Amino acid sequence: MTKRKRTYTMLGTLIGAVAAALVFVVPFLFMFLESVKDKKESNMLKFSLPTQWHFENYGQVIKNNNYQLLRAFKNSAIITVGAVLLLVVICSMAGYFIQRRGDRLSRAASNYITIGLMVPPSIMPTIWIMQGLHLYKTMPGMILIETALTIPFTTMLYRSFVATIPIELEEAAMVDGCSSPRIFTSIIFRLLQPVTVTAVILNSVTVFNDFMNPLYFLPGTKNATIQLTLYSYISLFKTEYNLLFANVILVVLPMLILFLFLNEKIVAGMTSGAVKG
Amino acid sequence: MSKAQKYSVWYILPALTVFTVLFIVPMIISVFFSMTVWSFADFRFVGLQNYKMFFEDSQLLQGLGNTLIYAFSTSMSKVVLALLISIFLTSNIRLRGALRSVVFFPHLVSNVAIGITFCALMHPTKGVFNAVLTSFGLKASKFVYSPNTSLVSVIVTDVWKGLSVSTVIYIAGLQAIDRTYYEAAEIDGASRLQTFWNITLPLVRPAMNTVIILSLIGGLKSFDLIKTMTDGGPGNSSTVLALTVYRQFANGYYGMSTTGNIIMLVMISLISYPLQKFLLSREVSQL
Repeated sequence: MTKRKRTYTMLGTLIGAVAAALVFVVPFLFMFLESVKDKKESNMLKFSLPTQWHFENYGQVIKNNNYQLLRAFKNSAIITVGAVLLLVVICSMAGYFIQRRGDRLSRAASNYITIGLMVPPSIMPTIWIMQGLHLYKTMPGMILIETALTIPFTTMLYRSFVATIPIELEEAAMVDGCSSPRIFTSIIFRLLQPVTVTAVILNSVTVFNDFMNPLYFLPGTKNATIQLTLYSYISLFKTEYNLLFANVILVVLPMLILFLFLNEKIVAGMTSGAVKG
Repeated sequence: MSKAQKYSVWYILPALTVFTVLFIVPMIISVFFSMTVWSFADFRFVGLQNYKMFFEDSQLLQGLGNTLIYAFSTSMSKVVLALLISIFLTSNIRLRGALRSVVFFPHLVSNVAIGITFCALMHPTKGVFNAVLTSFGLKASKFVYSPNTSLVSVIVTDVWKGLSVSTVIYIAGLQAIDRTYYEAAEIDGASRLQTFWNITLPLVRPAMNTVIILSLIGGLKSFDLIKTMTDGGPGNSSTVLALTVYRQFANGYYGMSTTGNIIMLVMISLISYPLQKFLLSREVSQL
């Protein structure tokens, strides 16, 4: 019986590993192999090792169009960091308020913000309002848009975590004469650190990978984000798949690094956010 | 100090302001502008004409139909396939951690990058997918280049990417199930299928509902992959609502674009609110 069970386990592992490799690893391996081939070989689109490794492809795409890719990286980095910082500050406070206050006002605020989890953004009127505020096609405007769209998710994430912090801590601090803002900044916010890590990672991925919103709210070449630039390269490098995929690899690289270092934390954070709602 | 003093509205005001100005206000005024011909500088009120045009235009209607097909087929595939994968990944196998990581990684990769990769894999003459198909004696497909298969090609890609999140959610749900249920079932001599049907399936319900709702709403809103892979083509064969909204915008029909947006909003609300209610009512509690 145990021997049979062990054979099953081995067989399961084997089948699983092979299937996972085929389905989930091959596309990424294909990306990489394409990116280090020469032009002719890459255009054959075969899943094969290159006859010669051309790592200089990466240098070539970085230098392309006067370091356009690096500028796009910079823009995406500014938007991502800006939006994530803003989100952490305002959503930790909002989640704290909604969870702790517990009256009609906070319940109404909670329902109000939850609308954003489901309803799609109304794009044209948003552009119109941003034009009125002189924020359209600007970096601060883009940061605010990404923030507004991720406030619902991030606030709910913080809210469910605040529930796990004992209220006695606040009461004790109050007795000691600690003011409310002080309680938040030096006690609550510090205890929220695990969920802040989750919020930073998940929102960074969302904002960095966002394609649709920059397409609407930050068009043009001046402040093009990394995903917009990659999109424009589809037609530019139509006949040079090696260079197209060298770009793809460079765009995916930050996420790969994030994944290699923080895999466990990301998965743990995602499940806590998703299941608690 | 009262609760209202302790948790002053100042805590929520910044988030509320940003969210209201850039999300709620646009949503409210979009109802009005969906009934106009609009150029941002000025507008002309036309009543329900935009809606009438929308529902009389066969191309726009096709986009609506495609959106529904896309959302329901991707959602259903993810619900079923991710459940199977997550059961496999919570069973007693080796390399479990490594396999979970591998399944999860696609979630971190942008849709544009994935779209480019799958378009190359699905190349009609040279692609790897066709090489595999023909080696099994099947007919080669034109994938995104044929109106018959373009939408399905994007759907397959979307499911591939979406499996990662769905699987992670399921794994969390499966791990939350109390082990003693399985021990009791084993003592009672329940078969594997019985255990799955009577214990796993009912108790993984909350996770399953999360997967259903998230993937369905995501599917109804989907834009990036379709824009990257087919841009709605060939012809109109893979156009969806979100793409229609973009096209009307790109052509300068801001009023019509807003109409599309409202139709999308109404559709999502009509589908997801009742569905969520229904799903929640069927959850069983784990005592």
